[in-house]
Amino acid sequence: MFKEIISRLKQGYRTMEFPSSEIKLPHRFQGLPEVNPGAGMGGCAEYADVCPTGAIAAPEGKPVLDLGRCIFCGKCAKLYPRVFNFSREYKMAARKREDLFLRGEAFKRAATLDEAMKRLFGRSLKLRQVSAGGCGACEADCNVLQTLSFDLGRFGIQFTASPRHADGILITGPVTQNMKLALEKTYAAVPGPKIVIAAGACAISGGIYAGHPETAGIPAEIPVDLYIPGCPPHPLTILDGLLRLLGRIE
Amino acid sequence: MTELPRLSHLQAAGLDALAPLPPDDFYKAAAGRLKAGGRAVSYFGFPEEGRSAPLENGSAGTRLVMILAFDAERRLEVLSMSAGDSFRALTPDFPQLHLFEREIAEQTGLRCDGHPWLKPVRYPLKAGSPIPPGTADFFRVHGAEVHEVAVGPVHAGVIEPGHFRFQCHGEQVFHLEIALGYQHRGIERRLIGGPGQLTSHYLETLAGDTTIGHASAYCRAVESLSGTPVPARGEFLRALMLELERLANHTGDLGALAGDVAYLPTASFCGRLRGDFLNMSALICGNRFGRGMIIPGGTAFDLDHALIKELRLRLDAAFGDVENAADLLWGSSSVMERFEGTGIVSRETALALGLTGPAARASGVRRDVRRDFPAGAYLNLKAPLPEDAPESGDVRARAYTRWLEIKHSYELINGLLDSLPSGPVFAEPGAMKPESFTVSLEEGWRGEICHTAITDKAGKFRSYKIKDPSFNNWQGLAMALRGAQISDFPLCNKSFNLSYCGHDL
Ligand code: SF4
Repeated sequence: MFKEIISRLKQGYRTMEFPSSEIKLPHRFQGLPEVNPGAGMGGCAEYADVCPTGAIAAPEGKPVLDLGRCIFCGKCAKLYPRVFNFSREYKMAARKREDLFLRGEAFKRAATLDEAMKRLFGRSLKLRQVSAGGCGACEADCNVLQTLSFDLGRFGIQFTASPRHADGILITGPVTQNMKLALEKTYAAVPGPKIVIAAGACAISGGIYAGHPETAGIPAEIPVDLYIPGCPPHPLTILDGLLRLLGRIE
Repeated sequence: MTELPRLSHLQAAGLDALAPLPPDDFYKAAAGRLKAGGRAVSYFGFPEEGRSAPLENGSAGTRLVMILAFDAERRLEVLSMSAGDSFRALTPDFPQLHLFEREIAEQTGLRCDGHPWLKPVRYPLKAGSPIPPGTADFFRVHGAEVHEVAVGPVHAGVIEPGHFRFQCHGEQVFHLEIALGYQHRGIERRLIGGPGQLTSHYLETLAGDTTIGHASAYCRAVESLSGTPVPARGEFLRALMLELERLANHTGDLGALAGDVAYLPTASFCGRLRGDFLNMSALICGNRFGRGMIIPGGTAFDLDHALIKELRLRLDAAFGDVENAADLLWGSSSVMERFEGTGIVSRETALALGLTGPAARASGVRRDVRRDFPAGAYLNLKAPLPEDAPESGDVRARAYTRWLEIKHSYELINGLLDSLPSGPVFAEPGAMKPESFTVSLEEGWRGEICHTAITDKAGKFRSYKIKDPSFNNWQGLAMALRGAQISDFPLCNKSFNLSYCGHDL
């Protein structure tokens, strides 16, 4: 027992303050991209073809970057630095799918649930995580929120073992055909009213697996309340999104 | 019997090396070599010239390729045959082939004769006949007091999906069958005709926690097919990233193992420390999993003095804390009581199933690609495990092996940083040779990764076969549960911590 106490003293208190202005992400971290529509490509929109996931479109020669498809590979910014530039901003969760289309205007961060829902979940949210395809990295970054570094529990948010005990589900992965049924059953098993969160490019848009016949995407009957972009999203992006949804950060 | 063509690791060979043997000679040669101690590193089929892709157009004309390794002699061999509509299972005599043969049957449509348990592997979509995973018959034990326990695909924790079916007598497990395929997203098929815009991203997300391992294996395959020499500094940085990946995952697993026996100090400390190692990867390339770092020709980022200094500081601090957390674990008798003698995999079983990585080493099978088939910065590596490393094959051995590997990786990284060569980290790769093939092995943190690439006339991928170490090791977990208590399943599972997506592709 003494050894444990000494170790605890040695390792110290390591839970980060959040939200905090102190948080600094590494220099090479690619956060919220900035899109500069005025960076005159002379009407030519060849940058639309560079994106491996088709996240960039150029209707009327103006760049639009779909944050829900972007895997943050940085290729666009490398080739067209005047049009695309990655900031180190990790706050990029949104409530509506269309809010993820970046056109150069200020990014619309996730808004709080409506009053009734906020009253229910604002101080206690239990989530069932459903991993449905993908690579396991989004799951890893959800798991890390449960470690003492982030200590998700202090915000009243927990991942539960059973959908019956949950207030909602957090979906990761492109939803493979082979996981579609399990996802639908899990969603059905959660008592209403319920919240649905799509975390990561795969869950939001199929990511790099979009269009594979092996993947199905989140069925239309499962309406999404919060989109958390990234490949995978940084744990801080997930945490920030959850707290905004619950109205704990404005 | 004619002499089998020898292969050199990472040396592109012409397709004549895959010249088919008559089937009977193939089976005889394969059986002979496996009996002589060979290990199937990979065994797969690809369509003969002029046939459409596997799965789509059924069976006719499939070339089967078996890559064999003789680890102690550092030798690779290859043998090949052309199958019409069927091939003969060797699994009854060589259990290590069981999943390979099931996979071949599933991917090529060939009939597999004589396989004792010919079930789907990933339940891929087949036009007209989709069968959902976990629906085929399970092996059953009958008896008045025998009961069945079904777990998954959605598990209690935040982890990937899979289905486990236990046959139990009270608490005791007679048999565990593992049904996977839920994560199948069709990666291998998308690699054909590549490399394309998405190729490297598919490889980096094959198993999200093994980004560096699979990306390195892929890049080496491309480099060997295009004859690209990677600058020494690039090689050192790759090795550094691979060892960081090992550190993060082994540390996380030590914590998870502690958590599964409710020993919270180590669980909490290691949970944080795993993140610290991931953050070191982010320091180097911006991404915690190392995405975008390993590219054909070298690495995408370099380290400057300031970064190296920062990295060393963080590494020393994190390692000190892991050492402290691990000491607590080995020093706690209640933890050892749960770890010792739990989930034993004997050396014979490990050999028969062809287990790899720490799971194999903990059962006394000391294979390690870094030593047996080294490339790049690993060419002068000393033995990765000390003489007295545990070989008891239980949870404790698997946990302690991880700890020994953590220490070794820490020393390795320090060594790499001490002797970092100067110069560039990247050399532009040229075009890949047409009609060639290469075998690329890498020791990921779970064990042996094998990529086999075959190019077509235009120098594009005609076939790209991936084997994640989990493909070998899932059956090891099933065997570890034989006769064990079902309540020890989470503990046994964590001691392997296998990849679902790496298996399901
Ligand atoms: S950073 Fe995002 S938008 Fe830019 S090329 Fe990569 S995936 Fe596409």
